[in-house]
Amino acid sequence: MSCGLILFFQSGRPLGAGVRLGMGLRMNRTKGDEEEYWNSSKFKAFTFDDEDDELSQLKESKRAVNSLRDFVDDDDDDDLERVSWSGEPVGSISWSIKETAGNSSSSHEGREQLKSRNSFSSYAQLPKPTSTYSLSSFFRGRTRPGSFQSLSDALSDTPAKSYAPELGRPKGEYRVSYSIHWFDSFHMLFCQVCSLERFRSLQDKLQLLEEAVSMHDGNVITAVLIFLKRTLSKEILFRELEVRQVALRHLIHFLKEIGDQKLLLDLFRFLDRTEELALSHYREHLNIQDPDKRKEFLKTCIGLPFSAEDSAHIQDHYTLLERQIIIEANDRHLESAGQTEIFRKHPRKASILNMPLVTTLFYSCFYHYTEAEGTFSSPVNLKKTFKIPDKQYVLTALAARAKLRAWNDVDALFTTKNWLGYTKKRAPIGFHRVVEILHKNNAPVQILQEYVNLVEDVDTKLNLATKFKCHDVVIDTCRDLKDRQQLLAYRSKVDKGSAEEEKIDALLSSSQIRWKN
Amino acid sequence: MAFPHRPDAPELPDFSMLKRLARDQLIYLLEQLPGKKDLFIEADLMSPLDRIANVSILKQHEVDKLYKVENKPALSSSEQLCFLVRPRIKNMRYIASLVNADKLAGRTRKYKVIFSPQKFYACEMVLEEEGIYGDVSCDEWAFSLLPLDVDLLSMELPEFFRDYFLEGDQRWINTVAQALHLLSTLYGPFPNCYGIGRCAKMAYELWRNLEEEEDGETKGRRPEIGHIFLLDRDVDFVTALCSQVVYEGLVDDTFRIKCGKCHGPLLGTSHMAGLVFNEIRNEHFSNVFGFLSQKARNLQAQYDRRRGMDIKQMKNFVSQELKGLKQEHRLLSLHIGACESIMKKKTKQDFQELIKTEHALLEGFNIRESTSYIEEHIDRQVSPIESLRLMCLLSITENGDARCSLDTHYGPEHLLTFSNLRRAGLLTEQAPGDTLTAVESKVSKLVTDKAAGKITDAFSSLAKRSNFRAISKKLNLIPRVDGEYDLKVPRDMAYVFSGAYVPLSCRIIEQVLERRSWQGLDEVVRLLNCSDFAFTDMTKEDKASSESLRLILVVFLGGCTFSEISALRFLGREKGKREFIFLTTAVTNSARLMEAMSEVKA
Repeated sequence: MSCGLILFFQSGRPLGAGVRLGMGLRMNRTKGDEEEYWNSSKFKAFTFDDEDDELSQLKESKRAVNSLRDFVDDDDDDDLERVSWSGEPVGSISWSIKETAGNSSSSHEGREQLKSRNSFSSYAQLPKPTSTYSLSSFFRGRTRPGSFQSLSDALSDTPAKSYAPELGRPKGEYRVSYSIHWFDSFHMLFCQVCSLERFRSLQDKLQLLEEAVSMHDGNVITAVLIFLKRTLSKEILFRELEVRQVALRHLIHFLKEIGDQKLLLDLFRFLDRTEELALSHYREHLNIQDPDKRKEFLKTCIGLPFSAEDSAHIQDHYTLLERQIIIEANDRHLESAGQTEIFRKHPRKASILNMPLVTTLFYSCFYHYTEAEGTFSSPVNLKKTFKIPDKQYVLTALAARAKLRAWNDVDALFTTKNWLGYTKKRAPIGFHRVVEILHKNNAPVQILQEYVNLVEDVDTKLNLATKFKCHDVVIDTCRDLKDRQQLLAYRSKVDKGSAEEEKIDALLSSSQIRWKN
Repeated sequence: MAFPHRPDAPELPDFSMLKRLARDQLIYLLEQLPGKKDLFIEADLMSPLDRIANVSILKQHEVDKLYKVENKPALSSSEQLCFLVRPRIKNMRYIASLVNADKLAGRTRKYKVIFSPQKFYACEMVLEEEGIYGDVSCDEWAFSLLPLDVDLLSMELPEFFRDYFLEGDQRWINTVAQALHLLSTLYGPFPNCYGIGRCAKMAYELWRNLEEEEDGETKGRRPEIGHIFLLDRDVDFVTALCSQVVYEGLVDDTFRIKCGKCHGPLLGTSHMAGLVFNEIRNEHFSNVFGFLSQKARNLQAQYDRRRGMDIKQMKNFVSQELKGLKQEHRLLSLHIGACESIMKKKTKQDFQELIKTEHALLEGFNIRESTSYIEEHIDRQVSPIESLRLMCLLSITENGDARCSLDTHYGPEHLLTFSNLRRAGLLTEQAPGDTLTAVESKVSKLVTDKAAGKITDAFSSLAKRSNFRAISKKLNLIPRVDGEYDLKVPRDMAYVFSGAYVPLSCRIIEQVLERRSWQGLDEVVRLLNCSDFAFTDMTKEDKASSESLRLILVVFLGGCTFSEISALRFLGREKGKREFIFLTTAVTNSARLMEAMSEVKA
């Protein structure tokens, strides 16, 4: 403990205070002010940026708190919540279940201990509920203990009788006697097995349904629908539901939940909801694991009455899976043969089956970049087949090639030749994005520098160059802008005695430049 | 900090009795199956259960081993099996497979299924179909109100959102009505009721019927809570779709707070309550660092005091203060860790840019830039859920369908997600019929087109302005601010979105409470398509104390966000010393809304 204390006292300097936050993110403004608003430093908002003072403040708080840690940790934490290795508090139910799962032979001793630690007495000492919230008042009419365990119980029960034959009465009267029992949904549901059988005429059935709908309780509506489904022909049921939308939605949801796909499709067909029919059918593919079977299933979806746009997607889905199956078989073979360098160096992490198109494109840019257009797995072929936009293609190819550190491929991706044979760099996604992606893939500074230089907007360029420590670009840009102050400020950010510092000093002392400040 | 507990704030009702009630009832039900038994618990019920009971309580009532309900054969050798589950078909099939396997093996055991919060007829039907009806006994555990905080009750029913707003299934409305009925039994009747939304109205009517049934029980009780406000989530999707920037909301967006506990890598499973957290949870994130550093300094000073102490003082210090300091130290390191992690994540994903785009969408300027930002977001494959969220936000705020070729990027299943989003109204359609399809095909074609900028032309051609824009104008959701918006000293509820936007849901509640009716809000109600579903119901107030009239229970049907909670907490303290209490079907955020709309295999 003494060691911790010494550490603690040594770090006892005050923490950085000066909070420069709290500036609002917006001002009253018109469209025209907008540019100024976002760029103006006056309204500098709180930013989620590494370099900010806010973060250094956080770091300092952390340092301070950590410095206390040694001291705090060597005490035992008996009074604090005990947390197991998995993060669940010991003794909690979630924790205990993990224990059972991990060790099915049971770890009795441990739990015995817990039992004594956390004894029942704490529960027994609870104040007795007062009359306002007594258990009996709370339970009344809901879970009646021990009742209705058997069918005979239910049959002999009176509510069933009084419930059923009320329909002949005028509505108001019916309502009253109905409401005596409707709240008691336990009764109603349990008893309807026998009682609902009494509703035999269509008129009675429909009135029953309407009554259920007017109560708003979905459970009761579904209960009645299940009865109607059993006692009415499909056509009659569908016909009546078509004009009862609330009930209809309940039936559709019920059929989805119990997985009665056939009846669901029949219903959509009857209702002439062709698009829902098609989507419902298509949805089935999610339940098919085997890729070949899934492919065959998707084939059956192609002719279905989707919207024009969806149709194209379904066709693409089928084509994509077809491709993936071919690529997967081929690549699995290549990989296991061990003859291909790329697969040896970068073993595949997962199968390509059922991956989205862009992932497939990335995969093919990664493993099959140089293949001729004629092969199914070549990126160019994918681009053509699925009409992948240029932007998307470039982004994906860039990410894949940068990951492999294939800088020549990256270079080629942005090089265009005009008719005179001059080369020019062009990026449909903007070079600022290119730089970010390269940085994410840990590109070396020389490479980053090259692309930062291609960013057109000077401010963006300067920001990126500073962020990614492309010193030369920053220095050259300041020189070009004739911004002596900024160059001077930047001098403090480069290493002492480095080539960059020398370069800055040379510029600052140069008499050739007419500084603007 | 910003919300010290004001001495003039009304006292909150004691909700801990809800936990006690739930626990008592569970014990009662467990005892209905006397003797040793193994308990199978559905994963979704584990965290709520943890908050009201623990293993030793279960053991006391002869629960031997605990298992998770999952699709695996049970290893249990117990003679009695008890299942604690949500009323779901797949659970019934699981139970049926266990029971039928036992039957095949010639084994007889006792089985009990406890449904929480209630049983559905469809579940019983499956038990019947599987031939095990009668072999298992069924019970209901009406545990539907979990106090997550002194002012926050959650029903822990995230599926409410999908079931009602997508499928139109009203199965949970009764559960809501029962919960409200329980509240009025415990805390007295609510003299003033307001509501907006179709579901709100139905829940209200069902609840009223229940009250009539049980007439007498609430009669004569003095109301403890003066107002109740019911609101459907689909009245305001926009707020729920926004990125959150108040601390608790941001933590929820980043790590997901589950059942009041945070399951982030750094926070472990610490309860999100605790002193440090209480003070910063409602703060805009920009104030949090300063607060934490202040706390760190104070803590350091507290420890520093030990320097000059003699033995006796030291002894005193160790016995009296050390524990608290240690606790605070632990919480502080947790939150600093969380902040670091948030910063790391947010820096990576260009959070600043994202927020800027959202604000532009909310204010309705520069749609072109926002649209191309969203497009780029999709191209960069940042996250499918995020992209979907932004598209929904664009679509609702602009009232146009912003469908992009997402399925290219995130798998073709998104076809189904799109269809769901549309049905739930998260992707809106500009006008029925030809106009729509024309615009839509134009938009989607352009989005996949090489010339990205052109998409805006499609949008600018939408002559009709969206309802959101009109509502926003009517309710003044975009505050006019001269000078800078000081997030340290919030001036209105907009602070929860950096001063850019007052949450629509909260504004509606504020306006109605101010007028104590919907009067003068007809146009807003019409624009919300809720003309038939905005209601008020006042009973005579003779018994309501002025204290109770300062308490307002807000019921969010379909979920509410931490930002909305923070905004209303602010409103309560700012205006007339009121206090809001929240009842939500679940705490939600944009990611949860989007995930609820996706299709997975059955």
